[in-house]
Amino acid sequence: MGNMYFRLEKRIRTPLAIRILNPVVFIVLAMGFCGIFITLAGFEPVKVYAKMIKTAFFTSKGLTQTILYSIPLMLCGLGVSISFKMNLNNLGAEGQYAVGAIASFGFVIYGPSMPLSIKLILAILIGIAAGCLWSVLAAIPKALWNVNETIISLMMNYIALLFLDYLCRGPWMNNEGLNLPYSASINKMLYLPNLFGTEINSGIIIAIISAIVIYWFFKKTTSGYQISVIKNSLSAARYAGMNIKKNILLVMGISGALAGMAGVVKIFGITHRLQPSLPGGAGFTGIIIAYLSKFNPLIVIVVSFFIAGLNTGSYSVQISGVPSQIATMIQGAILVFVLAGEFFARNKIIVGRRVSADPLKEGEA
Amino acid sequence: MNQPVLEMRGINKTFGNVVANHNVNIKLYAGEIHALLGENGAGKSTLMNILTGIYKPNSGQILYKGKEVVLKSSKNAVDLGIGMVHQHFALVQTLSVAENIYLHSEKCKTILNSREMENDIEKCSKAFNLALDAKAKIWQLSVGEQQRVEIVKLLYRGTEVLILDEPTAVLTPQESVEMFKTLRKMADSGKVIAFISHKMGEVMANSDRITVLRGGTVEDTMLAEDATEERLTKAVVGSANKLMKQSQENRGAHGACILKVQDLSVKNDKGLLAVKNISLDLYAGEIFGIAGVAGNGQREFSEVLAGLREVESGAVLLKGEDVSRMSPKTRIKKGFAFIPEDRLSMGLVPSMNMMDNTILKEYDTEPYSRKGILNHKAIQKNTVNFISRYDIKNGGLDLPVGLMSGGNQQKLLIAREINGEPLLIIAAYPVRGLDIGATEAIHKILMEQRNRGACILLISEELDEIFEMADRIAVMNIGFMSEVLNRNVTTYEEVGSLMIGMDNNSKT
Repeated sequence: MGNMYFRLEKRIRTPLAIRILNPVVFIVLAMGFCGIFITLAGFEPVKVYAKMIKTAFFTSKGLTQTILYSIPLMLCGLGVSISFKMNLNNLGAEGQYAVGAIASFGFVIYGPSMPLSIKLILAILIGIAAGCLWSVLAAIPKALWNVNETIISLMMNYIALLFLDYLCRGPWMNNEGLNLPYSASINKMLYLPNLFGTEINSGIIIAIISAIVIYWFFKKTTSGYQISVIKNSLSAARYAGMNIKKNILLVMGISGALAGMAGVVKIFGITHRLQPSLPGGAGFTGIIIAYLSKFNPLIVIVVSFFIAGLNTGSYSVQISGVPSQIATMIQGAILVFVLAGEFFARNKIIVGRRVSADPLKEGEA
Repeated sequence: MNQPVLEMRGINKTFGNVVANHNVNIKLYAGEIHALLGENGAGKSTLMNILTGIYKPNSGQILYKGKEVVLKSSKNAVDLGIGMVHQHFALVQTLSVAENIYLHSEKCKTILNSREMENDIEKCSKAFNLALDAKAKIWQLSVGEQQRVEIVKLLYRGTEVLILDEPTAVLTPQESVEMFKTLRKMADSGKVIAFISHKMGEVMANSDRITVLRGGTVEDTMLAEDATEERLTKAVVGSANKLMKQSQENRGAHGACILKVQDLSVKNDKGLLAVKNISLDLYAGEIFGIAGVAGNGQREFSEVLAGLREVESGAVLLKGEDVSRMSPKTRIKKGFAFIPEDRLSMGLVPSMNMMDNTILKEYDTEPYSRKGILNHKAIQKNTVNFISRYDIKNGGLDLPVGLMSGGNQQKLLIAREINGEPLLIIAAYPVRGLDIGATEAIHKILMEQRNRGACILLISEELDEIFEMADRIAVMNIGFMSEVLNRNVTTYEEVGSLMIGMDNNSKT
């Protein structure tokens, strides 16, 4: 054993099998780690996990819940990923989500009368535009004076969320109700249509199409190419004559538009009314999703589905006394484990035997 | 002969499938300066990184003062007394010289006494005649002075074996002379000095023993007095790769005026005038050489021409049209090509692959894209074409170009720049840091471009390069441009004296 040695070598290319297997292994490890705490709380982790997985993915009610919950996550995850793809930190998805919902709902209330199907489409577009605009507001100082967009987009969340709260408790509160901070419900004709025969709304289609379009955008368009160059080398982008300011506004705009779309889908597909807890942290969870999927839009869809499943699962075990915060804990553990596990995808560990026969040197390795 | 201080025996090192060192044996003796000569990618840096504990060899032994050692980290090596000055310095810009040196040493405690620290370090640097202001902040120092800080850092820790990776690459000629004087003094005091280089001249002039590496193996080892240019060249490039000097023929009268620079002044990043009232006319079919020690306004001059820096006063005209306020993009479209001095941070995107890099400037033109949609087939075809036409060695089209050797990176960059048959090619230090083979290839390409009718502005600090390539020569010094010299009439001495700022107004 004495002359064994371990050595790290950087991988130039990571094989596909490892790229897939690596996160799976670390997710299992993260769940094992959380299992310790579940045991300490007096439950059997294997049973808890089995129940969570079964409910979230293998019962029709649970699966519906999971998919519904995943739609805004997908859209926020996509939005955040796009900004990260140009080294811009849009941490304002939560606020853009809220602004998207407010604007589209406002249009439903105050907009001129017109056929409801047209009104729905216009409301969706207005919500998307509002999210886009809210994000561009954070991008303008960045583009013009290189002001840090991270902090601005983050702070703008609070403006949007508090405004939403004000509307729900003030002017838009539904007075006929139970004095809860809810707005009135929208006309049933304005609901997003469900997929045939299910309770899943068509927002899922919007999210998946968005992911495919974004994937294609980065792979095939000159705009996507410019964004990659700007991300990887700002001075090379300048040298090539690329317009960096325009691209900052473009990327932040798309990013906010997607988060705004999340708000629209939530209000027209799920809650059908405005309430302060509408975004419910999806904009922040989107940051976690973006990192876990390495900003790949197609993987964002898969990761969002999984994270949503965690959430559904945690509610199912709540009845037996397991706190529902378990979902947050697992989510956090997975992020840490998978990001740390990246190390093994980037490096190869070589185990070998030292060829040197010098016995004095044994045990050094 | 006495026992070597350091010996490497049968060193093998591979990275993936690439063999960086194969069965390398090398001995370093006290009191001598040992030069490691070889092309880029010959395995010199890898070998020295093994010696300083940064890489671990796959097999082989390292003997220090006759005993085998296993170096697990660079700290291990430093503790033994083996230290290296890398090409990219590891200095904290905002700290003082003394603080940087202390930071590295074992004496660094929680609470620092700055006076004691500064005295200590000035004593150490004086002992080796290395003038240093211990209180100065790193960012205030020139590159040559920063290198001196790196050397003192190692001496202060009691380093016995001092390794330098291409120490002259960042230095002006005068600074290089000073540095080699210092190295000699250290060798005379019994230290072991090894330096990596690919410049034959400096190796022959400044070392006692020369080891030539090629393709990861030791090709030849000799005493400096036995070295001849032929023997070294043969060992460095091998016999198959014959060197050919550019023919000086075919130098006819040049064509139309392409670029007119009128009373141009430009500021540098610190807001000081770096280019002062330069006027020049450049013609089609000529190479105009700008000689001068780097840092005399060449960077600002090349960047203002490419549109990457604002004109302070004056104008730049392309074929009579004022382009001084035009964006880089417009200038590219009008036929400007630019080979920048920072090839990896400006001219290429190191983390992107070859195909992505070939379209850096033409991503929005046909056939590479149409209406905003990229055509990957056309891009790939063009890249493959570049590779075969300019003999670019690569590890695959999808590998990041940052992993390629400097020579191949530069070939790719130049292939891209000359692709659209530009009117004007601004080439800033196009062969800096490159090996002999790549240098020859790049000079050949530039010469072909000149013969095609392009106007080439060649900025260089190597007089050999200027005299070999240029038709007309001017010298830049503290932002001023000298009068234009005819290559066939002027001499090394004349250009050299202009470079160091003498002789400014004695000529007509």
